[in-house]
Amino acid sequence: MRYLKAIVVSLIAILVVCSLNRPWGSIPAFGPLLSPFVGFWQNAESVSDSDEEISLDGTQAPVTVVFDDMAVPHVFAKNDHDVYFAQGYLTARDRLWQMEFQTHAAAGRLSEIVGDRALPLDRFNREIGMTYGAEQAMKAMMGDPIAKQIVEAYSAGVNAWISRLKPADYPIEYKLLGYSPEPWSVLKCALLLKAMTSTLASGADDLQMSNVRQKFGAAVTNDLFPDYPDHEDPIIPPGTKWDFKPLNVPKSADTGTIANSLAMNWPARDPAIGSNDWAVGAQKSATGYPILANDPHLTLSLPSIWYQIQLVSPTMNACGVSLPGSPGVIIGFNKNIAWGVTNVGADVLDFYKIRFRDASKQEYFHGGVWKPVRRRLEVIKVKGQADVIDTVYYTHHGPIVNQAGQRGFRANIPSGYAARWIAHEPTNELRCYYILNRAKNYTDYVEALAYYGAPAQNFVFADNNKDIAISPNGKFPLKWKEQGKYLLDGTNPAHDWQGWIPPAQNPRVKNPPRGFVSSANQFSTDPSYPYYINWQFAPAERGIRINQRLAAMQRVTTDSMRQLQNDLYNLRAAIALPKLLPTINASTLINDQARALTILKSWNYQNDTSAIGATIFTEWNRQLNDAIWKDEFDRGDTLLTRLPSFDRTLRLIEREPKAHWFDNVNTRPTETMADVLVSSFRATCDTLAKKHGPIGPAWAWGTHKATAIRHLVPGLDAFSALNVQIGGGSGIVNATTERTGPSWRMVVELGPTPRAQGIYPGGQSGNPGSPNYRNMIETWRQGQLTELVYLQSAQDKNLHLKRKMTLK
Amino acid sequence: MLQILLIALISLLAQLIFPWWSLAIIAFLVCLWRSQSAGRAFFYGFMGIALIWIGYALLIHLRTDGILTGRMSQLLFKTTNAILPLLVTTLIGGLVGGLAGLSGFFVRQVTVNQR
Repeated sequence: MRYLKAIVVSLIAILVVCSLNRPWGSIPAFGPLLSPFVGFWQNAESVSDSDEEISLDGTQAPVTVVFDDMAVPHVFAKNDHDVYFAQGYLTARDRLWQMEFQTHAAAGRLSEIVGDRALPLDRFNREIGMTYGAEQAMKAMMGDPIAKQIVEAYSAGVNAWISRLKPADYPIEYKLLGYSPEPWSVLKCALLLKAMTSTLASGADDLQMSNVRQKFGAAVTNDLFPDYPDHEDPIIPPGTKWDFKPLNVPKSADTGTIANSLAMNWPARDPAIGSNDWAVGAQKSATGYPILANDPHLTLSLPSIWYQIQLVSPTMNACGVSLPGSPGVIIGFNKNIAWGVTNVGADVLDFYKIRFRDASKQEYFHGGVWKPVRRRLEVIKVKGQADVIDTVYYTHHGPIVNQAGQRGFRANIPSGYAARWIAHEPTNELRCYYILNRAKNYTDYVEALAYYGAPAQNFVFADNNKDIAISPNGKFPLKWKEQGKYLLDGTNPAHDWQGWIPPAQNPRVKNPPRGFVSSANQFSTDPSYPYYINWQFAPAERGIRINQRLAAMQRVTTDSMRQLQNDLYNLRAAIALPKLLPTINASTLINDQARALTILKSWNYQNDTSAIGATIFTEWNRQLNDAIWKDEFDRGDTLLTRLPSFDRTLRLIEREPKAHWFDNVNTRPTETMADVLVSSFRATCDTLAKKHGPIGPAWAWGTHKATAIRHLVPGLDAFSALNVQIGGGSGIVNATTERTGPSWRMVVELGPTPRAQGIYPGGQSGNPGSPNYRNMIETWRQGQLTELVYLQSAQDKNLHLKRKMTLK
Repeated sequence: MLQILLIALISLLAQLIFPWWSLAIIAFLVCLWRSQSAGRAFFYGFMGIALIWIGYALLIHLRTDGILTGRMSQLLFKTTNAILPLLVTTLIGGLVGGLAGLSGFFVRQVTVNQR
């Protein structure tokens, strides 16, 4: 009996320990998680004011790091190797989990961490060739002595941090998800840059457009999806002369017979992801020097996308924001210049229909001959399960991307489409940033840009020689007009990308007469530019509004730039409502609908948090577009199409009020434009009432929009900032939508010494247990900026400086 | 009382070096060495570990203004009350310590009687 008791009780004790020591599905292992010695308690941080000295293997000379009160490191190194080594070390110290998570995601390795629910995404990233692209980029980097030095030093710095970690020190996400960090590598730096390319340059609707053309014919498609919009104010001011002799553009080839109504799951362009940047020249500024501003809009997340840093070595003194996982300063300034970026939206992803010889997919037909297919086996490790092996077939165009997230789909799709994507090119963006970080003038800026590949960016520039410039810049394929607007024929060499637009012939303008340069993801140029970059870009409202305001401004200061970044004027509403509202017959509206109309009529077009008009207009805009087009374009079958843009819709309302498109083909009576306007307005009111109750403060824009800055792990609300009350919206200069918005705001005054301000919605630390995790969000929400401390030496005095760290 | 103190101190040292579950071995060994009854053995183990866990957790909580305690409470218990993470930490630690202590007592019963 005694034996039995001893055995049973001991077994129970062991069982309890074992079950507390392992995760159960998505429930983490509670023993190690709750232990104050190794668990989450160890991640709780307080702000330290004391100096530190850290011994590391890897620096060539001691590195001094000064931290300011925003926990931004200012790195002073005696050589270039050490400055990047320290950047890697410090970034990993604050953001290791984020860096690794993002590169795991890019590499199609999330299933290793979270199990088979990530399998569709992993497959997709493997099939689009993210790792293949990163390998190409790595080859380019390692072939360039400078890029090689940077990226190796940075990686060594990250590893110097990782090698110091005991399980108790792991960032909390490792403890919650139950895994541990692995060594960093050069490939991971490349993957990180590919992830950015994927975010900014992977949208495509070639398939949707092909389906539209197949269904409605070329004439209707050309009419509804024109290659240049009605309302536009391109980045390069119209009238700018092209001072080069263009290459011959390839002759256009017929693309009429490709589409066969394929259902393929491909993300469309996200119109909310876009950005603003501009620079005003010396003649317009109060300081007598240029002022530059930039706010890149991305999905808002925690830990934040950006990491502030100042890097000082004998060859540079650059300050601004970096991407955790990539060396150098991505957006920022140095003593002489400042630069910023917005996304170009070039068409750098095309799909080619491949004809395989037989089901074995060993050869494909191209230019009259059979060419070999290269296979790449992708082994996807899945947490708690057997590995999944995926074969990806590569042609010279690129990998065959099949429908993501479906098993057994290959049997249904005898021949797939190959993706020709800029991310597979061996480009060396690090070299561009290396030069920019050290640039002294416009010539250096032009040299730097020539190295840049993807994702193509509108690089805005200003220097203390009082030059300003902007260039939609990247590696652009040399295409015929509309090449890639529709699916392409992979057997016809005339459909291949035929070469590249020479970097020197990328659109660019320096010191235009209007005294400013600006971009907001709109068209790069007017149609006079001799090359084809894309047929669509972001809607022009932000760009037009920015240009209107900049044109009107004189004696510009940092504060007027800050106010422009926070501009809430809804230009689309201001253009559209005076045309839409008079058509509405108010007598057909009842109660809340009539009140909604009154509110909308008296709205001042400001998308501020309390505006009910903004809520009604935004929802109505969406419902109206659907009401006009969806009955024809989206019939609920498998045929994936898309709707015409709002720009085109507005033209229809303005100039073609009798168009047959207004009729709902699913109903017997023939609807007129007025009918559609009223019915969609009623539906809007009903939708909003259903969501928020009777019209009132619950309809306020800030509440309706409820901007959320979410942790990278879905569902971790405790580590997110939800319902952030901020105005703005899609198409507004302050482009804060439900999930996206200005991920960084910066204003730089050039001059003998630059003066800069900036803020991002997050904090320097990626640790939810740190006071610096989201300490900048409130300042950002209020539209304020904080000083970007710019030091000349480690001994400089500044009120914001907190403490020193020495790495030796 | 001596047992509680011993379990607390030795397990504290053990947990600084070894995995968290080393606390169970300490509680087990101390109660194997000396424990009067099943109830007391559980009590020694429970109190020894609970004291250490709540003490250390509370120290961290106070030193860091409870920022993470609040967020973890939100994450695990859907409330921002910092008491819950502290309480659950104490209970889980105590439970493991208590069960290990209890095992120590019963194993002691077997070995003592064989002599």
